[in-house]
Amino acid sequence: MSWTRICPVNDIPALGARVVRHGEVDIGVFRTGDDRVFALHNSCPHKGGPLSQGIVYGDKVACPLHSWKISLVDGKAEEPDIGHTACYAVKVENGDVYLQLDK
Amino acid sequence: MLKPKLVVVGNGMAGMRAVEELLKIAPDMYDITVFGDEPYPNYNRIMLSPVLANEQTIDDIILNSREWYAENNITLHTSARINRIDRKARTVTAENGITVEYDRLLLATGSRPFILPIPGAELQGVLGYRDIQDTNDMIAAAKIYKHAVVIGGGLLGLEAANGLKVQGMDVTVVHKNSWLLERQLDRTSGRMLQQSLEARGLKFLLQKDTEQLVGKAGRVTAVRFKDGQEIPADLVVMAVGIRPNYALAESAGIHCNRGIVVNDTMQTYDPRIYAVGECVSHRGIAYGLVAPLFDMAKVCATHLANFGIGLYKGSVTSTKLKVTGIDLFSAGDFMGSDDTEEILLHDAVGGVYKKLVIKDDTIIGAVLYGDTTDGAWYFQMLRDRKAIHEIRDHLMFGQDSLGNTGHQGQDKVSAMTDEMEVCGCNGVCKGTIVKAIQEKGLFTIDDVKKQTKAGSSCGSCTGLVEQILASTLGGGYAPPSSSKAVCGCTELSHEQVREEIRQHKYLSIPAAMQGMGWRTPNGCATCRPALNYYLISTWPHEARDDPQSRFINERVHANIQKDGTYSVVPRMYGGVTSPDQLRKIADVADKYQVPMVKVTGGQRIDLLGVKKEDLTNMWADLDMPSGYAYGKSIRTVKTCVGSEFCRFGTQNSTQLGIDIEKAFDHMWAPHKVKFAVSGCPRNCAESGIKDVGVIGVDSGWEIYVGGNGGIKTEVAQFLCKVKTSEEVLEYSGAFIQIYREEARYLDRTVHWIERVGLDYVKKRVVEDAEGRKTAYERLLYALQGAADPWAERVQKRDEHQEYDTITV
Repeated sequence: MSWTRICPVNDIPALGARVVRHGEVDIGVFRTGDDRVFALHNSCPHKGGPLSQGIVYGDKVACPLHSWKISLVDGKAEEPDIGHTACYAVKVENGDVYLQLDK
Repeated sequence: MLKPKLVVVGNGMAGMRAVEELLKIAPDMYDITVFGDEPYPNYNRIMLSPVLANEQTIDDIILNSREWYAENNITLHTSARINRIDRKARTVTAENGITVEYDRLLLATGSRPFILPIPGAELQGVLGYRDIQDTNDMIAAAKIYKHAVVIGGGLLGLEAANGLKVQGMDVTVVHKNSWLLERQLDRTSGRMLQQSLEARGLKFLLQKDTEQLVGKAGRVTAVRFKDGQEIPADLVVMAVGIRPNYALAESAGIHCNRGIVVNDTMQTYDPRIYAVGECVSHRGIAYGLVAPLFDMAKVCATHLANFGIGLYKGSVTSTKLKVTGIDLFSAGDFMGSDDTEEILLHDAVGGVYKKLVIKDDTIIGAVLYGDTTDGAWYFQMLRDRKAIHEIRDHLMFGQDSLGNTGHQGQDKVSAMTDEMEVCGCNGVCKGTIVKAIQEKGLFTIDDVKKQTKAGSSCGSCTGLVEQILASTLGGGYAPPSSSKAVCGCTELSHEQVREEIRQHKYLSIPAAMQGMGWRTPNGCATCRPALNYYLISTWPHEARDDPQSRFINERVHANIQKDGTYSVVPRMYGGVTSPDQLRKIADVADKYQVPMVKVTGGQRIDLLGVKKEDLTNMWADLDMPSGYAYGKSIRTVKTCVGSEFCRFGTQNSTQLGIDIEKAFDHMWAPHKVKFAVSGCPRNCAESGIKDVGVIGVDSGWEIYVGGNGGIKTEVAQFLCKVKTSEEVLEYSGAFIQIYREEARYLDRTVHWIERVGLDYVKKRVVEDAEGRKTAYERLLYALQGAADPWAERVQKRDEHQEYDTITV
């Protein structure tokens, strides 16, 4: 288990996201209104929409394609939709964001 | 700390709805205990008729399972009737001896069937029709006995009669009045209903007074009338009305008057005790339909949660009969009187009857029989007291949903089979929707949209979904009110939010949310884009435009596609291009290997399948302005060839189109805005289906507004005729500016005009010259200094790192 430094927190807009490309995989790294940072596979469980492009609110993101609401905390779709997006471990240290990529 | 104790007496639909609403806003506030005298958890009482008619089972109609009570830490006592409230000790005691303390008490004791006080009423085989027990008794009786008599030709009586007939009994309905459902239908429609029920084998005895029930060995055998006639009866169902259950409250000294008297906050005369549902008397009215009960439950919950904002002000109700295959609808004062007018449509052979009762230019009542398609529409106008003179001549012919696309041209739910598709966007069939309504206990359009997705995309089938909901729920259906909250984050309506922003001069989303008491820390994907638009349209150049509260398309100035790529549409003012532009577009398409190049309906060129990280470079190479083909904004001005070349053209439509598109460039709006300018009445630019359509005639220009070529084809309405192209700019600019300032976010111009009326628009834009001028100036001020977003992003590339992917 190792941590990879990604970028300063301030490179991610509050209530926004950035895309991190790790090999073939895109990861959405999100920042909430209260400056918590989360990372999800950048793909909605519904039709694969790029979640990083959605509107972030509370600890959720609304997918830009069909507005499924996905929890940033556990990647689960809000009821009554059923689905799940993979999550990545994140930490913020000295203003920098780190991800655990080797899972 | 110990939580306060909430005790609910009555485990029915009103009481449990109040608890559900309470859990939504204050989930952990109370220790909740519920008492119900029936042996079941909360079930959907209005679905008992379908159970009796073999269309559903008891399991289907349970609303809250025992697991639900457990999951929410609610203590449930079933088969436990409360027979004593001690208000001093603040306890309630059940017949089985259980005593529980309360801090707040909610009475939801419902009602019971009224049993006529006639000899023989106590005989076996004489029932009311209220609960699962009654329903089971009827089903059991139908297996052994032959003759059923239903006393009462109201909604409940007819539903019972229909069910007993389906169960195989020979059924006679006895009714005092000279026609059926006299509280819902007039004489003509009542007769039509009787005929169609007779065709199903039901028998009717009208204008009959029951004198006594005759019995043998303790069981009913016949019904005798005052005129001496006697008919055989092995089962008698009394459906002559309901009486609120308020004896318990009265015995505890709580003020009652044909119901437990409550104020507008659903509080009884004892401030610790609330009451909701059929047991209540509110402003002198006791309600027996489920829709008002839900309104009460919602209000009551806000007060129990110490979030005292709700007020119940009474309900206007509408009714439907839940007898499969019979469509009737009525609302308001449908009988009319000397000072009312009437619009009537009657096709006796086709079995259609429609009556609208009108007073002071508004609908005050409606009866529909045979074709209830427009019931919800009329009801909405009735509740909103909408002036009807503008649409009076086609009012009777309905909302004309025939222009809708996506559901095989169907506009009558009753004619659809379960397999037919209702929602063409999400592929949802009628049967799926009916099943969800029944099994999941759905009561509102929003519930149905959420659960089934029907109507949640383009929304064109909302009317159909509403019809399905209404016919499945019958009296339980509550049409949405017209001024509803923006979203779950606030109680405020769109209009209230706009007013607050104007009054308090909020200039940022956090300030607005704080000032208006938003319930969530940063809103949701519904309210944030609306708020952002309201701020920038109310306070141009001053309010902060928040990119994170804009939908992705407006954030990155390109239109997201299904695979996450984007489309790029450069502006071509008035649809006019040049060899240079075309060469540039071709070069860019080659360089970035654009998978598809397509001509759009708005007379320009779409480059599809562009990767986000290529957008900025592509814009730099194109060096053309953004076409805003992605925004709630001005889109295109479509033009025809016009007098420059066309042998029929009377005006230079191309030049005017270019002028308009340049004047209103960069304009954000509640929804997309499309213009068209045609040079003669042949109208080759399709001005009739645009938000603003201009048509050149020899003597000037005609301006049409509120057209729409989308989901529902709407023909634009004539606004006025002007002489010069400068006037076209001023009139259409003023129209668009007032729309920008007053419409709800995501309303197209047609929806806004539908709400405020074309008269209002004419008054503001055509008649009020000074107002028009200042509105037009406000628009020009708002657009002053607006820059092309693509050029801006090319120049300030470093500030827009969101286009760049971080690679690790």
